Amino acid sequence: MSVDETLAGYANLLLYGAMAAYTAAFLAFVLDLAGGTARAERQRTLAERRAVPVGAAAVPPGSGAAGDVSPGDVRSGDGTPPPRERRQAAAIGVSLTVLALLLHLAAVAARGWSVHRPPWGNMYEFATAGAAVVTLVFLAALRWRDLRYLGTFVVGPVLLTLGLAVVVLYTRASQLVPSLKSVWLAIHVSVAFVSSALFTLAFSVTVLYLVQARRERRRALGEPVRPAFTDALPAARELDRASYQLHAVAFPLWTFTLVAGAIWAENAWGRYWGWDPKEVWTFVIWVVYAGYLHARATRGWQGRKAAGLALVGYGCVLFNFLVVNIFFVGMHSYAGVG
Amino acid sequence: MTATRERPTAPAPVQPRLGAVGTLRFAWRQLTSMRTALFLLLLLAVAAVPGSVLPQRGVNAGQVTTYLQQHPTSGPWVDRLGGFDVYSSVWFSAIYLLLFVSLVGCVLPRCRQHWGALRARPPRAPARLDRLPAHVAAEVDGDPERTLAAAQAALRRRGFRVDVRDGSISAERGQLRESGNLLFHLSLVVLLVAVAAGHLLGWRGDVIVPVGSSFSNAVPSYDSLDAGPWVDSERLPPFSLDVDSMTVRFEEQQTGSQLGAPREFRARVTSRDGPEAAPRTTSVSVNHPLELDGAKVFLLGNGYAPVITVRDGTGRVVYSQATPFVPQDGSYTSLGAVKAPGAEPEQLGLVGWFLPTAVIDDKGPHSVFPDLKNPALTLTAFAGDLNLSSSAAQSVFTLDTSKMRQLRTSNGDLVRLLIAPGETKELPDGKGSVTFERVERFAGLSIRHDPARGWALGAAVAAMLGLALSLFVPRRRVFVRVRAVQPRAAGDGPRTLVEVGGLSRGEDAGLEDEVARVLAAAGGPTAGRTSEERG
Repeated sequence: MSVDETLAGYANLLLYGAMAAYTAAFLAFVLDLAGGTARAERQRTLAERRAVPVGAAAVPPGSGAAGDVSPGDVRSGDGTPPPRERRQAAAIGVSLTVLALLLHLAAVAARGWSVHRPPWGNMYEFATAGAAVVTLVFLAALRWRDLRYLGTFVVGPVLLTLGLAVVVLYTRASQLVPSLKSVWLAIHVSVAFVSSALFTLAFSVTVLYLVQARRERRRALGEPVRPAFTDALPAARELDRASYQLHAVAFPLWTFTLVAGAIWAENAWGRYWGWDPKEVWTFVIWVVYAGYLHARATRGWQGRKAAGLALVGYGCVLFNFLVVNIFFVGMHSYAGVG
Repeated sequence: MTATRERPTAPAPVQPRLGAVGTLRFAWRQLTSMRTALFLLLLLAVAAVPGSVLPQRGVNAGQVTTYLQQHPTSGPWVDRLGGFDVYSSVWFSAIYLLLFVSLVGCVLPRCRQHWGALRARPPRAPARLDRLPAHVAAEVDGDPERTLAAAQAALRRRGFRVDVRDGSISAERGQLRESGNLLFHLSLVVLLVAVAAGHLLGWRGDVIVPVGSSFSNAVPSYDSLDAGPWVDSERLPPFSLDVDSMTVRFEEQQTGSQLGAPREFRARVTSRDGPEAAPRTTSVSVNHPLELDGAKVFLLGNGYAPVITVRDGTGRVVYSQATPFVPQDGSYTSLGAVKAPGAEPEQLGLVGWFLPTAVIDDKGPHSVFPDLKNPALTLTAFAGDLNLSSSAAQSVFTLDTSKMRQLRTSNGDLVRLLIAPGETKELPDGKGSVTFERVERFAGLSIRHDPARGWALGAAVAAMLGLALSLFVPRRRVFVRVRAVQPRAAGDGPRTLVEVGGLSRGEDAGLEDEVARVLAAAGGPTAGRTSEERG
C-alpha cells in the first residue's frame, strides 16, 4: 500500500493548529497560576475572618470540617479548605486544551490513515502520538480530581515535545520496516504511551510536592516564605498522595509494556530477552520505580528521598526516549531521524 | 512492598556477644530487611547500565573485537572486569542473586504469616474507635441488635469477612492485597528459574541457506550453534527444510533516510519433521516464525548469494555454487569469499564485494541501494595454500592469505575483477577463470529451542496479576460498636448510638466513604455528601 501524501500534509497542518491552541492554553494556565497567589491571600483573610467565634460552633470537629466544600476540592497551601472560587483563566485553559487535543488527535489519526498503520512507527510519530496521550490522560484525570493547577506543567511539556518532534525528529510519512508489522506494535507501544504519560504527570506532581514540602518546612521553622504561585496548590501531603497514586497506576502499565515487549521479541527475534540497549533501559526504569514503591514502605526513605527516586526514574524515561533511541545502536533502532 | 513494615534490625545499644549462630542470624536479618532489598534493587539498576553503553559479546561479538582494537590499553581492563559480559559477570550475578535471596527470605515468612491471617478471626475492636484514622458516629432509630445486623449485612455485601463479638463487629477485607504482593514476588523467583532453565536446556543456532538449498537440523549444518550445558547436541530433533524462494521488497519511492528501508521479507519453505515425514510448504517471515518439532525457525537475515563458477588453469570446474556474501550496510554492500582447494597447480582464493546496485567512485566500489538494480562482483584473487588443513576454524566469508600471494597483471598491478552477471573474467598467468552465473538470495535463519519459555510467560503473567492486586485492592478493617441510648421522648421507639471506625494499610482515599457507607446502612444519615463517590 502506498502513502497518501495529501493526507499526510493535512496531518502536519492539523498539528500546527494543535500547537497554536496548546500555546493559548498554556498562557491561560500560567495566568491562572499567577492569579493563584492573590487567590490564596484572599482565602487566608477569608479563613481568618471565618475563624471569629460567631459561626464556630456550627461545624463540629470531626464531621468533615469542609461542610460546604465538595469532595473534589483541593486544599490550599496552608491546609485551610478554600471556598469555591471561580477560576476563569483555568476554565479557559481547559477548554483550549480540549480544542488542542481534538486537533492533535485528528493530526495523529490523519497521519495513521495516510500510511494505513498505527501512527507510531518512528520517533516523530511516537512523540506526537505520545504527547496526545499525555493530554488525554491529563483531561481524564481532571474528572477524577481537580488537577487544573497542573495545567502549566502538562501543556508546557506537551508543547515542548511537539516542538522537538516537528523541528528535530520530523520524518516523512512512510511504511514500516517488516519487524514492526505486528499486532504487538499496537499493544506494546500504546501501553508504553499511557504509562509514559502517567509517569510524566506523576513527575510534574512530584516536583510540585518537593517545592511545596520545602516551603512548608521553612514555614514550620518560622522562616520567612515569600508568596508564590505554589500558595494556590494543594498541601504537600495531598500532592504526595496524588503522586503516589499516579505512579501506582503507571508502574503496572510499565510492567505490562515490558512483558508485552518480551512476548513480541520472542516472536520477532527468537528470544524474549536479549539485553538490547532499549531492553536494558526499560528494565532500569522498571527497577528504579520498583525501588520508589519499596522506598515508600521503608523507614527513613519516605517523603523527599522516595520523591527523589521518582525523579531519577523519570530521568531514565527521558533518557530511554531521547538518548537511547538515537545514539545507542540496537534492535530497537527505528528512530528514522536524519 | 507498600504493605510491608520493616522489621526492626537495629541492634540494642549494649550488645551481647553474638556468637557464630547469632552473627549468622544477624547477617540474615540484615540481608532480608527492606532497606537492604531497596539498596540491592537500586544497585541492580546502576549495574545494568554499563551493558547498554559497552558492546556485549552476547549481543554483538564483532563490536567487542572492534572496541578492543580501538582501545588497546583500557579495553583489556574492561574485559577483565566483565564489561563485555555484564549480564553474566560475577558482580552482576552477585547482585541479583543476593536480591533474590533477600526476597525469598522476606517473602517466605510473610507467606506463613499470611496463611495464618487468612484463617484467623479479624482482630477485636479497639476500645476507642475515635482514635482510628476514619471515624463516624450517629444516633439512629431502632434497637442495637437490629442496627448491628444491618451494618453486618452491609459489610458482607461489600466483601468483608465479618466477626461479631460482644456487641461489636470486626470486619476485614482486602487480604488479596497481601496475596497479590506475595504472588508477585514468588512469580519473580519462578521467572528467574525459568530464565536459568532456558539457558541450561535450550539451544539456538544460525544458518544461511541460499534459495534452492536445504538445511537439516544437525550440528554440522549450522554456521554457529550455541547449546546449553544440559543439551545433548547429537540428538537435536531431525527436521529439515528447503528454501524455495524469497520475496524481498525495499522502499523505492521515499527519499532521505527511508529510501532503501526494508519493507518485506518472506521465505517460502518446504519443511519435514523427520526424514520420513510428509513435506509441508509454508512461509517464514519477520514476526511470523515457523514452529517445527518444539523449535522455532525465525527469518532474521537475508542477502545475496551470487552463483560463482571457478575454472583452474586446466579448464576444469573446481568451484560452482551459490556463495553467500554478508551485507555490511543498509545498501547491502556485501563481503564474501570463494575457496577452491581443488584448483591445479595451486589452490585459488577470491575475496571481495558483491554490490546489488554498484557504483564506483572516489569512495571505491560500493552499493547505493539494497535491491538488484545493477549487480556486480568486485574480487581480488590469491593463489597458494588456503591453509584449510590447519586446525583453526576459518570463517567462510574471509580468506586466510598468510600462505597465499595476491595475483597481479602482466604490468604489475593487483588484479581486481569487476564482473557483471553472465560474464567470465580470466585470471592472469593462465591460472584459470571466474564466471558470475547469476544471483540468488539467501535466508538467514535462526533456529531456537527454549523449553522454559512457557514457564517464563506464565510467571510474568502471574507477576502482573499479583502486582495489580497488591496495588489496587484496598486492605481495610472496619469496626462497628452499638450502644442503646435513651429515647428523645417517652413513647418514641428505641434509639441506638452507632460508632464506626476504619483503618487501612497504605494509602487509601476511599476509607472515609467506606465508613460513611456502613453508618448509612445502619440507619445513620444517608449523607449525600459523605457517600459521594470520589471515583
